[in-house]
Amino acid sequence: MRLRSLFLSICLTVVPLAAVAAAQQPSGDFVPVDETVPGEQIPALPLIATAYGFIWVGVLGYAWSIGRRLQKVESELAELESRSK
Amino acid sequence: MMRAFFRVAWIVVRKDLTVEVRSLEILSTTLFFAVTVVLMFSFGLVVDGRPLNDVAAAILWVAIAFSGTLALGRTFERERHNDTLRALLLAPADRPALYVGKLAGILLLLALVEAVLVPLVGLLFAAPIFVNSGYLIALLAGGTLGFTAVGTLFAAMLVRARSRDVLLPIMLYPMTVPVMIAGVRGTAALFQPTPDLAVAMFWIGLLGFFDVVFVTLALWTFDPVMTD
Amino acid sequence: MLGLAAGMFALAPWMINAAPNEATMGLVYKIYFFHMPSAWMFMVAAITSGIASARFLFLKRPSADGWALAAGELAVLFGAFTLVSGPLWARKAWGVWWVWDARLTSSLMLFMIFVAYLLLRKYGGPGSDKLGAGMALFGMANVPFIYVSVNYWRTFHPLTSVVPTLPVEMGIPLWYCVTAFTLLFIVLLRMRTRLEHQRVRVEALYLLEDES
Repeated sequence: MRLRSLFLSICLTVVPLAAVAAAQQPSGDFVPVDETVPGEQIPALPLIATAYGFIWVGVLGYAWSIGRRLQKVESELAELESRSK
Repeated sequence: MMRAFFRVAWIVVRKDLTVEVRSLEILSTTLFFAVTVVLMFSFGLVVDGRPLNDVAAAILWVAIAFSGTLALGRTFERERHNDTLRALLLAPADRPALYVGKLAGILLLLALVEAVLVPLVGLLFAAPIFVNSGYLIALLAGGTLGFTAVGTLFAAMLVRARSRDVLLPIMLYPMTVPVMIAGVRGTAALFQPTPDLAVAMFWIGLLGFFDVVFVTLALWTFDPVMTD
Repeated sequence: MLGLAAGMFALAPWMINAAPNEATMGLVYKIYFFHMPSAWMFMVAAITSGIASARFLFLKRPSADGWALAAGELAVLFGAFTLVSGPLWARKAWGVWWVWDARLTSSLMLFMIFVAYLLLRKYGGPGSDKLGAGMALFGMANVPFIYVSVNYWRTFHPLTSVVPTLPVEMGIPLWYCVTAFTLLFIVLLRMRTRLEHQRVRVEALYLLEDES
């Protein structure tokens, strides 16, 4: 369960990252990194969107996964306690 | 009190040595493994017959870390196989003394491996191992002690765990990054055409600190983690 | 408390959007509003996990183990946030995704230690609670060593100083975000700890049932 959510979050990171990386390389017009002024032609918005998106997805996914597991465990606990009485 | 402590430690060392001398299993396999690691890395890092910068130091320390992990794993596997660790822990002996005994045994083993490994690296990469050998020995001793101090504790903790073979390196390598950096950078400073002794001294000092902190911490945690 | 954290988190984008752009770096520096609080919470989580582990090991408090595990998981979560948002910012600010800088490398190593901790907890089998506690304790003690050694190994100073003295209109959103992240950390920590404690109780009850 935990592993699956980890896998999911990794996928969610890699896909936007790859998209950003792909968007930044115009075909056949490769400029070595150290010859450019750092970050001049790179659009900032996709980078910000990826960063915020990742954090949002991570927080929500994690909270959701805890909440669900907590519900399951507590119902199990209630059942066990009523059974033992 | 102190005498009893070292007596227990000595008994553990002697027991390990007796078993090892009879078969030489761990020493011979670890040694051959270390040589193999050196050769594997050489094929990757020697370009046009010439090694890249600082490659000798890097290969030496990677080989020490890899073969150290192997030796740690094998030593405790032997204990697990014969269930002797449980007997040791049940004995009315100081727990930290058992740790010190185990640590000393593995250190001795690795010292023998390094006695072959260092000349081999010196030979293959024309590294000046005899120029500042005092510094080199201090780096090797400090680094090996730091690595095995953490490694012995982790390997002992993992004896009863599942998937221990893979968990040992996973836990040990991130934890001993300072040792690797200090060892590699210090050794590289010594292997330069003009050795930089001040830099080597800094790393020896850092290794000394690391050893003091982690040996103390390991002695301190060994008892609670090994209690059922 | 959950509501407050969620509300603050939901409002954060407006606060950040309202902050003026920084002169030399422009828009991209706004990653910093989430990056820095993540990094702080990463540190706090790592320290929490180490302290809880020490309490579990030396003072034999069984409930401390739940806290240590929860904090360990949060360290990996916030560590991932830090390590993802950092390179995204660096790509624009420094022109490369990653530099072998002291802060970056030591954060990565600390992240690795806690990933190893979680792997141990998951696959270690019986007794892994104690092993994990030992490891978290060592991990916490290791932080200064990692930092010093990486710092001397690679003295690459960032082109822009990382913590600029911020004017008020940037400082307020930043502290707002730090507060939101701290609340979030506390909420998640308590939820995860509760989950672990309840799970332990369920296991104990099953064990009791088997015996009777």
